Amino acid sequence: MTPIRILLIIIFLTILAAIVAAAGFLWTGKGEISLFNRSFSYDFTLHRGLDLQGGLQLVLEADMSGVSSADRSSALESARAVIERRVDFLGVAEPTVQTSRLGESFRIIVELPGVTNPEEALSLIGSTAQLDFREGEKLIPTGLTGKDLAKADLQFDSTNGNPQIGLTFTAAGAKKFEEITARNIGQPLAIFLDGAVLSAPTVQGKISGGSAVITGTFTLEEARRFVAQLNAGALPTPISVLERRQIGPTLGEQELQKSVVAGLAGLVLVLLFMVGNYGRLGLLAAIALAIYGTLTLAVYKLIPVTLTLSGIAGFILSVGMAVDANILVFERIKEERRWGQDLKTAMELGFGRAWDSIRDANLATLATVVILFNPFDWSFLVTSGMVRGFALTLGLGVLLSLFTGVLVTRTLVRVFYR
Amino acid sequence: MRFKWLYFLISLAVILPGLFSLISFGLKPSIDFTGGTLWEIEVNSEQPTVNSEDIKKIFEESGLSAEVQTSGSDRLLIKTTSIDAPQKQSLAASMKNKLGDFTEVRFETLGPRLGTELLRKAAFAIFLATLVILLYVAYRFKNLAYGATAILAMFHDTLVLFGVFSLLGHFAGVEIGTLFVTAVLTTLSFSVHDTIVVFDRIREIRRNANLDLEEAVDQAVGETMVRSLNNSLTIIFMLLTLFALGGETLKWFVFALLVGTVSGTYSSTFTAAPLLVVWHKLSVRHGWRGVLRLH
Repeated sequence: MTPIRILLIIIFLTILAAIVAAAGFLWTGKGEISLFNRSFSYDFTLHRGLDLQGGLQLVLEADMSGVSSADRSSALESARAVIERRVDFLGVAEPTVQTSRLGESFRIIVELPGVTNPEEALSLIGSTAQLDFREGEKLIPTGLTGKDLAKADLQFDSTNGNPQIGLTFTAAGAKKFEEITARNIGQPLAIFLDGAVLSAPTVQGKISGGSAVITGTFTLEEARRFVAQLNAGALPTPISVLERRQIGPTLGEQELQKSVVAGLAGLVLVLLFMVGNYGRLGLLAAIALAIYGTLTLAVYKLIPVTLTLSGIAGFILSVGMAVDANILVFERIKEERRWGQDLKTAMELGFGRAWDSIRDANLATLATVVILFNPFDWSFLVTSGMVRGFALTLGLGVLLSLFTGVLVTRTLVRVFYR
Repeated sequence: MRFKWLYFLISLAVILPGLFSLISFGLKPSIDFTGGTLWEIEVNSEQPTVNSEDIKKIFEESGLSAEVQTSGSDRLLIKTTSIDAPQKQSLAASMKNKLGDFTEVRFETLGPRLGTELLRKAAFAIFLATLVILLYVAYRFKNLAYGATAILAMFHDTLVLFGVFSLLGHFAGVEIGTLFVTAVLTTLSFSVHDTIVVFDRIREIRRNANLDLEEAVDQAVGETMVRSLNNSLTIIFMLLTLFALGGETLKWFVFALLVGTVSGTYSSTFTAAPLLVVWHKLSVRHGWRGVLRLH
């Protein structure tokens, strides 16, 4: 391929990348597009991590002492599913609920970016939601529990408008409920959630048909939460909070703005340095660096990379490193010239001979990036989101800068530097 | 490499104070390593009257020892042991009584068990990175001496970094956490990145001209110095602006990267290359054979 043709491909790619990169800043980056009578939805907005938009991160540990060791993995999985259903109720945009196992420690990692009421979220997630019915003055357990529940819903008392919780039992549950109510007429039947009484009505008569209503002195919010917990099901094991990180929305916004300003200031310095040091070659490197920035932003949006503060640091660092390949090549070209090569040969030799160093040096960085990112989730390595965010952007930076620092710069030099 | 002992002396002069500090004061670990709570709040009232002693007292009444810092007139940073949700709620209520309404900027709490876990993981990650790099460099240059000296240069940079943060911890209260571990690993890769460029040049020179190793090293160092300096300068520009203009959260992480970059640049030229010459001399003088040989 001729350099001109490669240049055209690069320009085409850069324009595409620029469109994606500008999404969310210059035009709304989210929506649907129809092509060939089919519609595709796309989302080119930048995903901000928890530390940038505020939110709650929890590392929970499931207490497996009551579970046989063969069933622990499945208990952890069902706990995860229950928590995921509860989290859905919070209406957070991009919640994640993951499991992780370290030796005999079974964990669930919950991330709720942008959650507005972390205290409520924590109490919703953390309660076990064990529902049970107890009969008589002595509150003897009846054996009717949340497991016999088909679904719960929010209702309102038709006389005073107070919120109440409607219960629908499974077939087996309906039968149990009928027997319990039949033998307790005139007696109280207490309804417990996580060991606390929700209400203790007196049974008026035998109830068949498998549905019941809990009325009590709870607020609308509480009623909603109970319904969500009952529908999500009970946690198979008690859980405790190992780690809790909660960031207010303002902190991230301030930090983000500062980082962007710092990044731009640094970029200008690097560009000036390159032009000052290498003249027209430096200018071409600066253009390659601008292309690098555009491509990187587009790749972040396409993957998509959830951008965190440490991720931004990784990106800013990678800008400094991106020109490394250029510097290696340009210094080599200078030397080849010094050794008496004519300009054209010196340039080609410069790119060719610097490649070994560029490859070896960047492979070493990539090796570290892989260890930091820990792609296989090995429990003996760090799994922190902060570290991963940094590794991901640094790694992408190294790969993309190889492309722009070598291929793009070489093409620009071949076409424009004569 | 006539001045190699001077180069080592300079390294020593930088490392020794840090090493002394490391041995006598150690490092100041953050809650990432020790477990505990970090709670930052912003008081909403028009004329906030923030008194750190009052807040300390509130924590003491609940049987907790707390370290309270104020920043500006309305921000408070509280450090205490790990607390759970009910404890937090009652403390928040007492604080609201004293301070009026406030916004939570940040709340982090970690059990102590996660700390030892992080320490183990960090140590392993550093060990693994070192091993991979040693093997890679040794394989690329078909000689153990290159791998080993690259690793020694890496240790040099790690020592500098640990030393600087030990001093910072002792005198400025700077803490190290998960991000410090990341900075250490990144420093390792930077250090070896620069070293490989120098070694590559040594190899190329020896391939083309029949030079003694020491002469080749001299020539390679001379030829790569400008490149090494220029490249580090661009990285330093980016990090310096981020350190000066960026936010608080990443400040010391960026500083760690800065120290690592500067030390990594120095060690590639003035530690790894001279060490290679020393290795070579020992190898020739004692007639080393096998993997140790570097003639």
